[in-house]
Amino acid sequence: MEKGSKVNHHLFVRENKAVSFSDETLAKIRSLIRRYPEGRQKSALLPVLHIAQEELGGYLSVDTMDYVASLLGINPMEVYEVATFYSMFYLEKMGKYVLEVCHTGPCAICGGEEVLKHIKDYLHIETGETTPDGMFTLKEVECLGACGNGPVMQVNTEFYEHMTEKQVEKVIEELRQKQGEEGTSKGWAEQFS
Amino acid sequence: MGRAILLDKVNIPGIRAFEVYRAHGGYKPVDKGLREMTAAQVQQEVIKSGLRGRGGAGFPTGLKWSFLDRKSDKPRYLVCNADESEPGTFKDRYLMEKLPHLLIEGLILSSYALGVKTCYIYIRGEFKYLVGILETAIREAKKNNYLGERILGTDFSLEIYVHPGAGAYICGEETALLESLEGKRGNPRIKPPFPAYKGVYDCPTVVNNVETLATVAPIISMGGETYAGIGTGKSTGTKLISACGNINKPGVYEIEMGLPTEDFIYSEEYCGGMKNDRMLKAVIPGGSSVPILPADLILNTAKGQPRLITYESLSEGEFESGSMLGSGGFIVFDEDACIVRNTWNLTRFYRHESCGQCSPCREGTGWMEKILYRIEHGQGRMSDIDLLVRIAKNIEGNTICPLGDAAAWPVASAIRHFRGEFEAHINVPCTMYNGQMKEERAL
Amino acid sequence: MFKITIDNILIEVEEGTTILQAARMIGGKVVPPAMCYYTGLKGSGGKCRSCLVKVAKGSAKDPRPMPKLVASCSTPVQDGMVVENTTSAEVQEARKGVVEFLLINHPLDCPVCDQAGECDLQDLSYGFGMEETNTREPRREYPVVDIGPLIKLHMNRCIHCYRCVLAAEQLTKKRAHGMLYRGDTMEISTFIQTAIDNDFSGNMIDVCPVGALTDKTFRFKSRVWFLNPMNAHRECSKCSGKVTAWMFGNEIYRITGRKDQFGEVEEFICNECRFEKKDINDWVIDGPRKIKRQSVISSNHYEELKKGSIIHPIEGTTEPQE
Ligand SMILES: Cc1cc2nc3c(=O)[nH]c(=O)nc-3n(C[C@H](O)[C@H](O)[C@H](O)COP(=O)(O)O)c2cc1C
Ligand code: SF4
Ligand code: SF4
Ligand code: FES
Ligand code: FES
Repeated sequence: MEKGSKVNHHLFVRENKAVSFSDETLAKIRSLIRRYPEGRQKSALLPVLHIAQEELGGYLSVDTMDYVASLLGINPMEVYEVATFYSMFYLEKMGKYVLEVCHTGPCAICGGEEVLKHIKDYLHIETGETTPDGMFTLKEVECLGACGNGPVMQVNTEFYEHMTEKQVEKVIEELRQKQGEEGTSKGWAEQFS
Repeated sequence: MGRAILLDKVNIPGIRAFEVYRAHGGYKPVDKGLREMTAAQVQQEVIKSGLRGRGGAGFPTGLKWSFLDRKSDKPRYLVCNADESEPGTFKDRYLMEKLPHLLIEGLILSSYALGVKTCYIYIRGEFKYLVGILETAIREAKKNNYLGERILGTDFSLEIYVHPGAGAYICGEETALLESLEGKRGNPRIKPPFPAYKGVYDCPTVVNNVETLATVAPIISMGGETYAGIGTGKSTGTKLISACGNINKPGVYEIEMGLPTEDFIYSEEYCGGMKNDRMLKAVIPGGSSVPILPADLILNTAKGQPRLITYESLSEGEFESGSMLGSGGFIVFDEDACIVRNTWNLTRFYRHESCGQCSPCREGTGWMEKILYRIEHGQGRMSDIDLLVRIAKNIEGNTICPLGDAAAWPVASAIRHFRGEFEAHINVPCTMYNGQMKEERAL
Repeated sequence: MFKITIDNILIEVEEGTTILQAARMIGGKVVPPAMCYYTGLKGSGGKCRSCLVKVAKGSAKDPRPMPKLVASCSTPVQDGMVVENTTSAEVQEARKGVVEFLLINHPLDCPVCDQAGECDLQDLSYGFGMEETNTREPRREYPVVDIGPLIKLHMNRCIHCYRCVLAAEQLTKKRAHGMLYRGDTMEISTFIQTAIDNDFSGNMIDVCPVGALTDKTFRFKSRVWFLNPMNAHRECSKCSGKVTAWMFGNEIYRITGRKDQFGEVEEFICNECRFEKKDINDWVIDGPRKIKRQSVISSNHYEELKKGSIIHPIEGTTEPQE
């Protein structure tokens, strides 16, 4: 019988490090804010957090969130509440590549569980862990809306579909090779006109 | 493919680009709607078409539009629900990726009918690459005067913005979506007031699914009555079905309403039969939230009639022997699939996705998940099975939003139709998977 | 004015009144229990589902019953509405279910909880709960978060009612705590280590229906049912200065807002009155506060309750966090 049911949360530290977006990104954020009515600039919070996570270290530090709060003129607590609600936001430093493997029903019945297990064996990490070289973090996520192409995995929000044990090895090795190079896919800020 | 109304242009090379789309008859419905029809006429066609919401609930779209508070002097909003997170559902992604301009057309016509000047597409954050695709389509449409100020020289102006979510199934629920759009946690609102009166920014708002809104374009093009002639009974038109699981050809198919499920599963045109010639064991026909049906009941109703893909036929027999069309996520299980494990899996999904606002859902989904986890690992008790049924019953109908029901139905229906399998798992760990039960699981 | 019938009792109320408020005007047994709604907090209610009732008739104009049970705290009355609370078996069943849900992860550490004796969850369990527990699953345990020298947060006891968040949002300038994460790991927390400190933070204690937020200056000092609640007042520049002083002899053990029969304070008070003025000379004592001792423990049901199940920590539960 299961013994404990411990909630795995902890408090975070405000380091008071200066963080800031580039001028270009700031201009983009200003244009995003204008998409919403006057006084509703908080609406831009999710897109801005996506951009912040991507451009300011791969996760949302307290300092980053405080910065976003100041940009939108809201209480930092409102940002913490939102950042902890949505599963795409990371609160801790992640590996360079975050492997998010779908483990929901449709993927699971098409071999998703085997793929997941294989990644663990291959990288010698458990879910939630990062490889010692800081390259890969493994996450299990819920349905990614691509069930017909299961098993599905996302790496830094890019889709990898029809995964098999061989395929994931290939993907991982390719990512290893890419080390140092920039990714080819467009970043969050570039998605918006 | 059978009747292609939405996906007719899907195989044209380069169709994502405005010029190509336009060259193949794209934006003609918008020309017609904006130049030749009044807003009321556009809405009238949608009412006549019998179009029902494709997001899950199947509510008549024209009727929903008629509830919009038009007396208020506040701005009105149209919000397109592209959150698509229901396990087994991936049709909206397909549609937006292949035919972004079809959605834009639908949004223009719907906004025109509703008197909306600002429209948001709320898309799940995991579809990041689609944000770029949609924004590009919007930019192209704007360049060609189909969006922006005084569209096609008329008095009608419209802006469309794409707004990404960030990983929360619950934000598909329309009021949670509106909260999320306002930059808040995705907590569903307590209704009333309904979005038609107090939606986003407390303004009158209509929320519709991607497929629903895209369908408005062909409806205007062919006329509501013609559209209503397609399909059967109160299930008019065509429907995108996303098929997945143990079948030969998973994918998105446009079917005419009324197609027998048997044809859908076994014909070459659609799913192409069961993978590796396995036996069909069960189907969840409308996305993970709807009741699961065993093979005999998915192929035929309890009365022995062939089961058809329509709102009515799939729900015939109610919860005893029926299910729902839902969002059209068709999940097929073969004889090797373990229903207990799958039920546990889906319950874990709902536990993870509950917003946590109301006690029956927050506590009930977690409780069911813990019990199912034990049963799956051979640590169950016979009494757990009835306990699960009781918990599901106590959640159902007693929550703020329908996620509670969505979590309860899969459990209740799996036990109703596959009780023996649950009983066989008591004291015997699942034979299909050799997962080790963890002593302690962190939350 | 709207006419509405609740459990066969007819009452006339103003438009815009909720079913719960209407029931409270009638009083007595027909009043549904409310764990998250709080009249003084805008936007409260709808979450706990303990106040569910059945609307057997929507209104005179549209007599159809409502398809589902509704939260009485957030459903406005309609003219001619017929509501069933105690008279509906369905409502009683559903409420029993809600109580069970609220208890499955509750640590049941009443013997060491300062809220015992004035806890809404105890009352709810006693009034509507089941005789025995059906869960053998491990209970959720949160890490301990220190929110400062005045208020003790026992997250394991929290029922996620949002009242304290709303109180902080509406009574203080910059809310320093909130509802974080989601689902059954949802947590009241400050996110970063910080002491919640502002002139009105103490009201979080009064609005908390359970022992998740308690007064650190009163910690383990006494059981509430040994104390005499007295109305007291003082000149205060920050609040009305009208409080309830909980006394033993001439000693003030703690100060709270003046709670009405539904457990809601009449006026929110400031931290100075609540935490700093514990000397009898600080106050003018107006006389005993007439508290409708509706609490199970206050009304001497304690012994009876002990025999039941809800006071005993159940096998497998952890020791109260300390
Ligand atoms: C938990 C939950 C999740 C939902 N997810 C979606 C979704 O991902 N996409 C969608 O279109 N509708 C979803 N819905 C349905 C919406 O609430 C709403 O009914 C729909 O967007 C209305 O559009 P329609 O009338 O065009 O179907 C969901 C509902 C619930 C309760
Ligand atoms: S039913 Fe679940 S998801 Fe919906 S409001 Fe309640 S807790 Fe949130
Ligand atoms: S701490 Fe108390 S007031 Fe705050 S949410 Fe929990 S139970 Fe409610
Ligand atoms: S279940 Fe894996 S993408 Fe849907
Ligand atoms: S008091 Fe009405 S739902 Fe909590």
